[in-house]
Amino acid sequence: MLHGHQTWIFNNQPIIIAAATVGGPFEAEGPLANDFDLLHSDLWLEQDSFEKAQKKMLEEACLEAIQKGGLQKQDVQFFLAGDLLNQIISSSFAARTMATPFLGLYGACSSSMESLALGALIVNSGAGNHVLCGTVSHNGAVEKQFRYPTEYGSQKPPTAQWTATAAGVVLLAAEGEGPKVTCATIGKIVDMGISDPYNMGGAMAPAAVDTITAHFRDLRIDPREYDLIATGDLGRVGHEIAADLLKKHNIKIPAEIFTDCGIMIYGPDQQSEVLAGGSGCGCSAAVTYGHILNRMKRGELRKVLIVATGALLSPLSYQQKESIPCIAHAVSIESIQ
Amino acid sequence: MSNKQKKKLTAVQQEYQSFAKAREPGRPVFKNIIRAFIVGGIICIIAQGISDFFLWNFDFTEKTVGNPTGAIMILISVILTSLGIYDHIAQWAGAGTAVPVTGFANSIASAAIEHRSEGLVLGVGGNMFKLAGSVIVFGVFAAFVVALIKTTLAMLGGS
Repeated sequence: MLHGHQTWIFNNQPIIIAAATVGGPFEAEGPLANDFDLLHSDLWLEQDSFEKAQKKMLEEACLEAIQKGGLQKQDVQFFLAGDLLNQIISSSFAARTMATPFLGLYGACSSSMESLALGALIVNSGAGNHVLCGTVSHNGAVEKQFRYPTEYGSQKPPTAQWTATAAGVVLLAAEGEGPKVTCATIGKIVDMGISDPYNMGGAMAPAAVDTITAHFRDLRIDPREYDLIATGDLGRVGHEIAADLLKKHNIKIPAEIFTDCGIMIYGPDQQSEVLAGGSGCGCSAAVTYGHILNRMKRGELRKVLIVATGALLSPLSYQQKESIPCIAHAVSIESIQ
Repeated sequence: MSNKQKKKLTAVQQEYQSFAKAREPGRPVFKNIIRAFIVGGIICIIAQGISDFFLWNFDFTEKTVGNPTGAIMILISVILTSLGIYDHIAQWAGAGTAVPVTGFANSIASAAIEHRSEGLVLGVGGNMFKLAGSVIVFGVFAAFVVALIKTTLAMLGGS
């Protein structure tokens, strides 16, 4: 189980028997639109608040995943979820609808891999046969809480990122068909003293590098064993910093297998809006559970490492001039025949 | 970052920050200044047109025409904010749209729209001046200080 300092190897290899992703209108214009199960043309999802829309996206993704897995709600033993709103209300409200035993998580944008790692741990240990793990973020709801009103005309710097309107959910099971979760590295908080919330990529890059370094150190494997290593949502700026930092730490990851979910989700024509790239805990979840798992299903990828990064700031801590504590969790997914 | 803040950082943090800084695109200051100049100028031309229209067609003087002109500019800004257009112009224009009265109107309207979902009293009423509040507080205080200085000088000068 525990391997090295902070890595879990899942000997029983929990299986992702189903995955579901939901996206908003802006994501529907992006290059990964075809990888979403459900896309909404209305940012409000016909709800009367952005917060309710965010909750509805998570509910839809959960129900879709359960249906794809050929199960009923009551077959799911545990539901692990997180989001970016205060007191993770979207996750709790979705769990109310699901009526399954629930564990709420907060790891900012790293919640996607935090929930997958913990879900895999539950299934691996035999504490549950079917576990649902998911995260959601909504551009309107998250910007409202962390930044300015959505319609406020403030000029964002080129290092700023765009919160994705997306939800991603996976259903883990002890038995079944699908890619397997083989190991996970739990990250520690890294704070390099950056306090600018418009430069999350720069703040989170060292955390991603720390976890990637720990992963390869603990497992004593070469990065080239992976077909793809994707960081959560560092964006263009953070991804470039992370790539250079890894080189400095002498970890050789070939440039063609090292990518970032925040870069992948939006296309070049959306560049002027998203600036450095996508962010939000729905971003890495939707890209991984949609696009990347689809590529694995088609046989294009065999073994991937997803390193979801989270900036653990709050609007209050930012106003009190605190720096941004960051974290990253890495999970390895393999398609083993 | 100020030197005082930098002193609190450890050597590793300082080293990383200069490492990261070299890889971050800076704000395009010169481009932003040019854009702000153009857009700010266009807004002023529009306001001047409205002002002249009122002067020629109605019974206004140079002194009184400011009020209806300001009102029209605020109305235009609020309509553009409600249609979701203003923030896109602002990302391009920067200070060009933030400094004129249209920016002030946008800050109030956007906050009011944003918090409509929390109701009229706690939402709209309580949050409308979330951004504009500090402008009003410091604007009124600055006006008070200026008025105080002017009055004092006038008393001393005895004119």
